[in-house]
Amino acid sequence: MADHHPTGIKRWLFTTNHKDIGSMYLWFSFIMFFIGGAMAMVIRAELYQPGLQFVEPNFFNQMTTMHGLIMVFGAVMPSMVGLANWLIPMQIGAPDMALPRMNNWSFWILPFAFTLLLSSLFMEGGAPNFGWTFYAPLSTTYGPPSTDFFILGVHMMGISSIMGAINVIVTVFNMRAPGMTLMKMPLFVWTWVITAFLLIMVMPVLAGAVTMMLTDRHFGTSFFDAAGGGDPVMFQHIFWFFGHPEVYIMILPAFGVASEIIPAFARKKLFGYASMVYATASIALLSFIVWAHHMFTVGMPLAGELFFMIATMLIAVPTGVKVFNWVATMWKGSMTFETPMLFAIAFVILFTIGGFSGVMLAMAPVDFQYHDTYFVVAHFHYVLFPGAIFGTTAAVYYWLPKWTGKMYNEKMGKIHFWWSMIAVNLTFFPMHFSGLAGMPRRIPDYNMMFADFNQLASIGAFALGLSQLFFLFIVIKTIRSGKKSEDKPWDGATGLEWDKLPCPAPYHTFDTPPKVD
Amino acid sequence: MSTETKEKYEKYYVPEQSPWPIVGAIGLFLLAFGGGNFIQQTTGKYGNEGSWGWLIFLVGLSIILYMMWSWWRDTVRESMGGLYSSQMDRSFRQGMLWFITSEVMFFAAFFGGLFYARTMVMPWLGGEGNNAMTHALLWPEFIPSWPMVETPAGDTTTAMGAFGLPAINTAILLTSSWTLTIAHHALIKGNRNTLINYTVITALLGVIFLCLQAYEYYEAYHHMGLTLGSGIYGSTFFMLTGFHGLHVTIGTIFLIVLSIRCASGHFKPENHFAFEAGAWYWHFVDVVWLFLFIFVYIL
Ligand code: HEM
Ligand SMILES: [Cu+2]
Repeated sequence: MADHHPTGIKRWLFTTNHKDIGSMYLWFSFIMFFIGGAMAMVIRAELYQPGLQFVEPNFFNQMTTMHGLIMVFGAVMPSMVGLANWLIPMQIGAPDMALPRMNNWSFWILPFAFTLLLSSLFMEGGAPNFGWTFYAPLSTTYGPPSTDFFILGVHMMGISSIMGAINVIVTVFNMRAPGMTLMKMPLFVWTWVITAFLLIMVMPVLAGAVTMMLTDRHFGTSFFDAAGGGDPVMFQHIFWFFGHPEVYIMILPAFGVASEIIPAFARKKLFGYASMVYATASIALLSFIVWAHHMFTVGMPLAGELFFMIATMLIAVPTGVKVFNWVATMWKGSMTFETPMLFAIAFVILFTIGGFSGVMLAMAPVDFQYHDTYFVVAHFHYVLFPGAIFGTTAAVYYWLPKWTGKMYNEKMGKIHFWWSMIAVNLTFFPMHFSGLAGMPRRIPDYNMMFADFNQLASIGAFALGLSQLFFLFIVIKTIRSGKKSEDKPWDGATGLEWDKLPCPAPYHTFDTPPKVD
Repeated sequence: MSTETKEKYEKYYVPEQSPWPIVGAIGLFLLAFGGGNFIQQTTGKYGNEGSWGWLIFLVGLSIILYMMWSWWRDTVRESMGGLYSSQMDRSFRQGMLWFITSEVMFFAAFFGGLFYARTMVMPWLGGEGNNAMTHALLWPEFIPSWPMVETPAGDTTTAMGAFGLPAINTAILLTSSWTLTIAHHALIKGNRNTLINYTVITALLGVIFLCLQAYEYYEAYHHMGLTLGSGIYGSTFFMLTGFHGLHVTIGTIFLIVLSIRCASGHFKPENHFAFEAGAWYWHFVDVVWLFLFIFVYIL
């Protein structure tokens, strides 16, 4: 009876169930991941050799722009919201999200927003071509006509994210089972509340930025136009006030995932639970005062350079605390290396590499050399692909039995892991070198001397793309013909979703709150 | 212990299914798609043919309004039907507070723009810092002063004074916050007539505010040469007061609906989330205005 659910298309269109909505978010993000991935393949094909091969420079720019926008707003963010929907109610013993109808609205806005964004590829003048950071005046004075639809699409995504974030935060503060005190919450829940807070604080600022763009483009305002007393650099300040917290929005839930999985397979309690919570909170707070590290080269006053340099480096401290805690959790644990654990360990190592290159970039004097080169591309891909995306991948392997009641094929999972692990490094590690040697980003052609590194990166990228198709295959195979999972497939797993619920979790869970001790 | 939680626990209402979210998503899509075309067609920047954008925009808007009406009708019914526990009530309250927080941040973006333009950009355009050459080469005539009645490019305008209409509007909004508080106290004390009268008065004050603001805009556009295109001063002035005006409009509609619901006896002294949400929203709009009055008009 608890498993009764509506059927047909209406189940998905009209649903109020957090598990349905979570699945829709995850599938949506998976689809966007492949669309954005296809664009990455175009980019890497063009860059396989110096000279212009396949695409026009303008189309190349459209690809880098759309790739970034789709991956950030369409793939990574929705995947995290999908995980939140599936897991948070179960992990805190709630019957559903606090505002179930609004939850469905948050989701359904997304397919429409991305239809609008993707349709710009077919408009006259082509899709946005000014980079995912859409700096003025490229996006105002010089933006193609489709820029307006990009702006309105961003508005829609913002509405969706804000409502989703409100839902998470209210669920966590108001729906916990009796006894589930704040400091007993699983870390995934903690990282998500903090993420939700960041979303509520910065998505409206992004909305403000694109609104100013729209009025600058069409209604004669001068926000980003110096002739009218505005300033294009002001755009960058407003954008990065959103943009830097945004990168933490993408990574914090992955921190949460790692903090769940590593203890489960090390069969030890998480080392330093409280310090993990405080570190996450300080990362989030600091993320509001570091934005101009993206703008060291625009000609800020010296005091600004110094302030943003030091504040940025401070973030490395709580980040270091987290890495230390993950390693300390594994220390002397009885570790086994199932696929989720492999992805989690790779996450810790490779994310840390991204953190290190971040600290290098944070030094204002040397950033003058690194800025706008492939070194930056290497940095953010290390924190995003083996960071955020490996985090989600680990989560999918870990909780797939809970969601579907089926077990994935361990051998295939391991193949997928090693394949992506090698490919991801082959793709992004050479970019450090070409960047340090001076190869600029967002350029379809390059000097001969960068040819070797680019060829390696392109080969890695194609392999990486294939490895993700293999992942899709594994997921579908698990759902259709996976072995039935035990109720507790991981002996070291803890938390309400493993201790109190079977696999798969019934359609409605915790109608009456569980006992938490 | 476990039986204890069961006894104390009121069931949390999870609605079965609802068509309104997907309807709202479709409405929003049409609103954006139509709106984008409408803008391009009216400003004619890209020489767009046709004028159907506004039609799709209006269809989208109607769908959104229909969705809001129906969705809220459902929740009012559920609330009146006693489906909502006190925990549910807390969800609504917290949700509303976070929503207002996000609105505050939306205004913060525009205030941030205003402060940055005034305290950093303007002196730089005048040659301060390391910008002497920018000034000398691009706009040597430009004299930094706020309100920026002459832009670097040489467009001129007049500044809006603070102590005519804006001061009256400040008084009106402050009064309206006060009348709304009287209404709220009356609601808690179960004093129906006062409740209805003062809610209606508050809504009326909102309408008067909007009329005066419309008049102010008319004056600005037709007699003062102050428009959206009047450099950064006009941009920040109209975007800040304009978005505030939009929020007053929403708040006023909210208050009108609340007046009707008060008159139909929907609210009880111990249970009136919608009224409180409306009141919070109104106070938020009021506070934003105070900031506007100080930073846009006076300083
Ligand atoms: C120790 C932590 C980190 C530090 C110190 C750091 C520092 C920096 C700096 C200084 C830049 C600007 C480089 C330039 O443009 O010249 C940058 C760029 C970037 N970072 Fe990080 N970062 C850190 C972690 C992260 C994380 C966790 C993410 C995302 C999950 C991230 C995503 C990005 C992105 C996307 C960009 C490039 C934006 C663009 O210009 O397109 N970073 N980082
Ligand atoms: Cu940053």
